[in-house]
Amino acid sequence: MELENYPLGGKALSDKDLENSLFVKHKPSLKYAWDNGVAISRYLAELKEGRIIAKKCRKCGRTLVPPRMFCELCWVPTDEWVYVEDTGVVNTFSLCYINWDASLVPKGKDPHIPAVIELDGASKGMGIMHLLGEVELDKIKIGMKVKAVWKAEKEREGSITDILYWKPLE
Amino acid sequence: MSITEKIHKTTELTNFKGQIPTNYLYTYGIAGENFFRKIKDEGKFTASRCEECDVTYLPARIFCERCMGHLSKTIEVKPQGELYSFTVCWENMDGSRKTEPDVLAAVKIDGTDGVLVHYLGGVSLDEIEIGMQVEAVLKPKKDREGSIFDIKHFKPSAK
Amino acid sequence: MKKRRVAVIGAGITKFVRRAQETGKELSFEAVRMALDSCDMRMQDIDSVTMGTAPDAFDGVHMKGEYLSDGAGGFGKPYMRNFVGGGTGVFAPIHGWFHVASGMFDTCMVVTSEKMSSCYPHPQAAFITIFDHTTEQPLFPTLIWIFAMEMNRYMNTYGITKEEIAQVSVQNKKNAIDHPSAQLGKEITVDDVLNSPVMAWPVNRLDVSPASDGAAAMILASEDVAYRYTDKPVWLDGVGFNLDTAYWATRDLYYPRYVEKAARMAYDMAGIKEPDREIEIAEPYDPFSYKMLHHMEGLQLAPRGKAAEMVTSGATARDGDRPMCPSGGALGVGNPIAATGLMKVIEIFLQLRGEAGKRQVPGDPRCGLAQAWGDLMQVGTVVVMRR
Repeated sequence: MELENYPLGGKALSDKDLENSLFVKHKPSLKYAWDNGVAISRYLAELKEGRIIAKKCRKCGRTLVPPRMFCELCWVPTDEWVYVEDTGVVNTFSLCYINWDASLVPKGKDPHIPAVIELDGASKGMGIMHLLGEVELDKIKIGMKVKAVWKAEKEREGSITDILYWKPLE
Repeated sequence: MSITEKIHKTTELTNFKGQIPTNYLYTYGIAGENFFRKIKDEGKFTASRCEECDVTYLPARIFCERCMGHLSKTIEVKPQGELYSFTVCWENMDGSRKTEPDVLAAVKIDGTDGVLVHYLGGVSLDEIEIGMQVEAVLKPKKDREGSIFDIKHFKPSAK
Repeated sequence: MKKRRVAVIGAGITKFVRRAQETGKELSFEAVRMALDSCDMRMQDIDSVTMGTAPDAFDGVHMKGEYLSDGAGGFGKPYMRNFVGGGTGVFAPIHGWFHVASGMFDTCMVVTSEKMSSCYPHPQAAFITIFDHTTEQPLFPTLIWIFAMEMNRYMNTYGITKEEIAQVSVQNKKNAIDHPSAQLGKEITVDDVLNSPVMAWPVNRLDVSPASDGAAAMILASEDVAYRYTDKPVWLDGVGFNLDTAYWATRDLYYPRYVEKAARMAYDMAGIKEPDREIEIAEPYDPFSYKMLHHMEGLQLAPRGKAAEMVTSGATARDGDRPMCPSGGALGVGNPIAATGLMKVIEIFLQLRGEAGKRQVPGDPRCGLAQAWGDLMQVGTVVVMRR
């Protein structure tokens, strides 16, 4: 069996070539139930109540969100639970016109707006990734203040999606 | 130092459900394409021989894994061989019980060092013996697609 | 600690294509075969094998290291797999360096192989799983988000424009025209980049490297063994690797501090005191156009915020003062995740020997560097090479 361009190899198959080639398809069933652990259990339970909870590390003084049971910089168990605000500052953002599976956002629909939001009450630079919404695309600026928009209480499930998105704080 | 808080009641444990949402399409590769087309179009098995290492690979390959030599020639071999090992399988993938068992066989194809794994059929459980001669039963040509299932199963060769 | 000097003596790269017919094993074989032929070695002369290959989720093959082992020449040999995302391509030779420098093995075959095309609906979909499963995955993130947010932060911090960054795509894709393995070697303009579809602002389609299938392999040898096979060994004089926190939203993204730490580790080992003077040619990792600039600064090869000026002035062109990505980089040659970094190391290997053909940088360079990056913007891997 000859290698095309021997020995360079890497025989390209276009979409049309693929139709004439032999292949097998497979969809594995990869389902998971990830244990939350102590810290994330509390984080999700508080999100269901409409609050964001953090944990303090007394050694470095940081207020950590999402909360963790040990500080990854100091390598010691963390200390008090503290609540932080559901407001923050946009550290960076993007306007994304493709979905997670590389399909395109339909023309005319708004792009996804992921952002890193530094939460008020947490340490400086302590951000979480979330989405922005109810905002004009050309008005988004790094450094702008935003506030969380929560799902209605009965619809919350104990997930990061209990916050629908963050909108500009007037 | 250990974590300062623990969850003691198992009923208080929570988890978050999700999945890895990808699916896959595997090309057979240069050698695989060759091997399975030969089965599909002509009903024949092909092997690759490395003279330097004195090994005959089946299914056919483009390289020898021992010396990394390029194997460009293929040889035809008969679709038959010796039962190298087998197992009788009573459970499905989800753990439920099968009504009729499946027999999986490892068949060492004559004239090669290659072993194919497939079903063993047309034989009752008490007749199976390691070392017995078996041959492949292929689907009719019109039903063959160029897949391992173009072989229906192996069955004992006529004595 | 007593360690031996390690040289690169041979190498091979397959063509990088969007979808290859070959299986991952066959791609590995093609690269290994070329590497052996390049210095007239046989597989039995190789003492150990190290394989770098990206997550099993790409090929959908669990235990991928073991699956690929026979194609890598791992049959019956001491074999190890390593993996740090996109940083693997430079991490694999570092791993191989340990094998030889420790004195346990005289020769080592370093292989990296990637077959991403098996992943549907698109290889990008596999990346959803690198985000935290509970706090980030429910938002349906894609990898492009992180790059776009990092690029935005970088641009915003220093006031760099998209036009300046687009020059990197123009330079690298043009360089790639002269690379035999290249997938996307092409002459384009800054306007082409700015007018290409917006994927995730500020990233346009021509700012991004493609998904690719491909493999590369390289042979390492200890000092006394190297001279049996070549009279032009290239020494791996410095290795460095560093990993930052997975809580990536707590780091300010405008500067890759983990690349700096990895670089310093490699520079200390190689005795380099002034990298911006002593490193004559470099291959920083460029999966996105702005990343080449980001990494140049992390590697101390450009002052912070000033890397774009070096591209504008022509300093980073092949005939400039500080050539960057003469191969064409990931943007031009292709990006099979684990193999890209090794392609860059091989480029420096060829350049320092004067064997890079049309891509050869003038001036007889003697000291070069290759760097890769990966995971959740976490890892920096660096090698310093000298002849």
